[in-house]
Amino acid sequence: MSAIAIPNRHAALLRRLRFVVWTFTASASAMAGLALVAAFLLLAAFGPALVPYPDDARGAMHLAQRLLPPSGAHWFGTDEMGCDILTRVVVGTRTSLWVGLTITGIAAAIGVPLGVAAGYLGGRARATIMRITDVFLAVPGLVLALAIVAALGPGILHGVVALSLVWWPGYVRLIEAKALTLRHEPYVEAARTMGAGHAWVLARHILPNCISPLVVKASMDMGLAILAAASLGFVGLGARPPAPEWGAMIAVARGYMPDWWWYSFFPGLFIFLTVLGFNLLGDGLRDMLDPRSARG
Amino acid sequence: MSGPLLEITGFRLAFDGYEGRAQVLNGIDLRVEQGETVGIVGETGCGKSVLARSILRLNPTPPARVLTGGIRFAGQDVLAMDGPALMALRGAGIGMVFQDPQTYLNPVFTIGSQLADVLRAHGLRGRAAIRARSLELLEAVRLPEPAALLRRYPHELSGGMRQRVLIAQALAGSPRLLLADEPTTALDVTIQGQVLALVADLVARFGLTLVLISHDLGVIGAICRRVVVMYAGSIVEDAPAEELFAHPRHPYTRGLLAAVPDLERPTQMPAGIPGSIPSLRDPPGGCRFHPRCDLTMDICRREAPRLSGTGHRTACHALAPNQDGYAQVRP
Amino acid sequence: MATLRTILRRLALLGVMLGGLVLITFTVSNVAPSDPAALAAGPDATRAMIETVRHEYGLDQSLPMQLARYVADLLRLRLGRSIQTGNQVADDLARFFPATMELVLLSMLFSVLAGVPMGLWAAVRRNSWFDHAMRALAVSGVALPAFWAALLLQLVFAVWLGWLPTSGQLSVATAPPDPITGMILLDALLRGQWAVFAEAARYAVLPAFVLALPSLAAIVRVNRAEMIEVLAADYVTAARAHGVAPRRVIGWLALRNAMLPTLAMIGLRFGWTLGSTVLVETVFDWPGIGLYAVNSAIASDFKPVMGVTLAVGVTFMLTNLLIDLAYGWLDPRTRSA
Repeated sequence: MSAIAIPNRHAALLRRLRFVVWTFTASASAMAGLALVAAFLLLAAFGPALVPYPDDARGAMHLAQRLLPPSGAHWFGTDEMGCDILTRVVVGTRTSLWVGLTITGIAAAIGVPLGVAAGYLGGRARATIMRITDVFLAVPGLVLALAIVAALGPGILHGVVALSLVWWPGYVRLIEAKALTLRHEPYVEAARTMGAGHAWVLARHILPNCISPLVVKASMDMGLAILAAASLGFVGLGARPPAPEWGAMIAVARGYMPDWWWYSFFPGLFIFLTVLGFNLLGDGLRDMLDPRSARG
Repeated sequence: MSGPLLEITGFRLAFDGYEGRAQVLNGIDLRVEQGETVGIVGETGCGKSVLARSILRLNPTPPARVLTGGIRFAGQDVLAMDGPALMALRGAGIGMVFQDPQTYLNPVFTIGSQLADVLRAHGLRGRAAIRARSLELLEAVRLPEPAALLRRYPHELSGGMRQRVLIAQALAGSPRLLLADEPTTALDVTIQGQVLALVADLVARFGLTLVLISHDLGVIGAICRRVVVMYAGSIVEDAPAEELFAHPRHPYTRGLLAAVPDLERPTQMPAGIPGSIPSLRDPPGGCRFHPRCDLTMDICRREAPRLSGTGHRTACHALAPNQDGYAQVRP
Repeated sequence: MATLRTILRRLALLGVMLGGLVLITFTVSNVAPSDPAALAAGPDATRAMIETVRHEYGLDQSLPMQLARYVADLLRLRLGRSIQTGNQVADDLARFFPATMELVLLSMLFSVLAGVPMGLWAAVRRNSWFDHAMRALAVSGVALPAFWAALLLQLVFAVWLGWLPTSGQLSVATAPPDPITGMILLDALLRGQWAVFAEAARYAVLPAFVLALPSLAAIVRVNRAEMIEVLAADYVTAARAHGVAPRRVIGWLALRNAMLPTLAMIGLRFGWTLGSTVLVETVFDWPGIGLYAVNSAIASDFKPVMGVTLAVGVTFMLTNLLIDLAYGWLDPRTRSA
């Protein structure tokens, strides 16, 4: 709209003001995401020390109190071994945290260098890398992960390895697109014409500009990776019971389903809230760090 | 009907944003008679495009808000129109031509499909009838090979061709008034002349009334008989074109004319107007031009001048309001 | 004809991708720590028997030779035998695949038919209660663990309310229609067996809905964002200025532009839905390839898992090809490029 004119002396102030107001209006959901993620991290850090029945985390047996409904003593009820579900769910936070961090970390560690190489070098390197990436993207991640776990054998470690191996192509796509546009930015081309070396251009112009989208994607992926690992646990190919992992807990709880519904309800609720938290946080971060690509 | 075709009275419009309210149009009074060709000139941000959109009620509300005033077209109150009346006004009453033909044509539809949509909106039915009328319109804007053009997409056309298509769309509803908002700004200079000539020709051929908006006095001088000068949301001068170019009165108009490079005296640098256009959120009190004016008096800071005079209207305290006619201010 | 050339180029690319996919499954098969020959010979086999099997299967040959054999087998659709079912994997796939496709197509149909109008309306009525509800759905739907949602819906609608059956594709008493496509709903429809169709539909509602929910959320989100952007575009203003009715402007002119990114999202979600059948079929005992893959994987029955991976990969590739072609049809700018 050409009708609104902003004089130069106000421009900087107005821009800052607009930014604050804008992030504020977007913050209701972003703050909720931040709160959920903070709660998740705190539980992962201090949860095992705070839970009411620490012994229940790993295979204690209290046959007298099997499958009790939620009560004052057991907020989330008890499972088929008589273990406190709240304790097990809270202790499971830590498993989910390292699972999420590992998968996202390995995926980024593989994907980012490949993406930078493809986007910045271009040519045949790019064609090869992107072709391989496309092949991996052509099989839905969960199915490919299932196949890899089937080859390696079930277990949480193998599940994490499998998911890491199917997770990296997203990072190649993201970074390749970013590096490709950056390579043709006038200021990058200007730097090149002035004799800047590849290393300098990469360090000074390409990588710093990749950090924002990377942080956003990593935040989203933390949640999605936790969800995927829980999914593998649920079908019996990830963590194995009695390990206090959310997906594996639901897999067992499924057998007690209609009558003892709280057994599967609470671990699932924790998965949902964790994934939701990381998604909302990612959305908020995008609005803040990368406003141009913000959609919706 | 004996009244003016378009009559805008005391029209004030604001945009409400989180940064405050911007008074974009600050009391516009404008009458356009049937058959007139009126040019509205002003710098970017003076509100001329907003005014054009207001006439068709195209400004999104919110954030736009009409504060006071009215707009009447052919005697009807535009601001009170309901859905069907508004759709009839748009296209059938007033045809609008936009600035950038690149963005004002839908990229995923053929030219024929976009023309057909507009024709159907004005009640035309039947494949053959729509095709015939489309060809007629494309020929009217002098586009070559109209039949082939119907099947093509906007990105396959040049800028000039696209603008002709947009003009054809504006004519599709057989409007009485053609409202052209910077129709040549986005075009190459060589194409600008052709498009302007086309507009002038169409106005003459179909007996249209023309309101042409431009920041370029040359464009307006080429085809308009009357010129309206806007500054910061107000009309500051309104006069027959020849009169205005020969005897500009308002200090702003004179600055504007002095800023046009003179091809006959290329050694003389065109003069700019000192300062910059004011913030519409926090405009200067009184006359909005006073911080940039070299004739500023006390009253200019206190009171906004009214547009006065007949035939040649100006809004300036420095021009003695009692003298009608051709009072010249000391330079 | 540019379109034909595009299709041919896409098909060539598809060939390359298929080759890549085969290479991946071959590699995965060969990193298996367990000895495939020992596995195939059975638990009681002697060392000599294992060696015989190894030789028979060509597992003692060099890797390139094994790969060549593998590819040759694939070309003849010989995917090996399932230890679990005792059948040829190709036969099992042919039997289970239609059930999965039925579920996937049903859920995609639902998420597109509901998601596009919901996103559109949220964009038109921006900041209304409906828009807020849609935004809440958009963020929470994607975060929903499909298997957990499946269990909860089963609990509420099948167990507590008793409105819908808990699991399976049809009750044991009902004979499925003679297969034409293998999809029970479609076959019942084609054969005019309305009672069977109605029953099958009741069985399909919950799994299809669970599978659709995250895609619905994603489609609502994309379509809403795109509609908001497109509705502010100059060409939409121009159409309004020329007197085109709002219904036509929003529901056709603007929607068609907004559909481009939405279409890309639909393609992505198709792959996700295909993958998630693994979870949803497990919960609902739906006799598709997802359940087949999970049961086989748990039993370390390797050939069926690879067969499912290939089948899913090929399906997803073909879908993406269709999406790309539809994209070209929707957006003339990509056609001439």
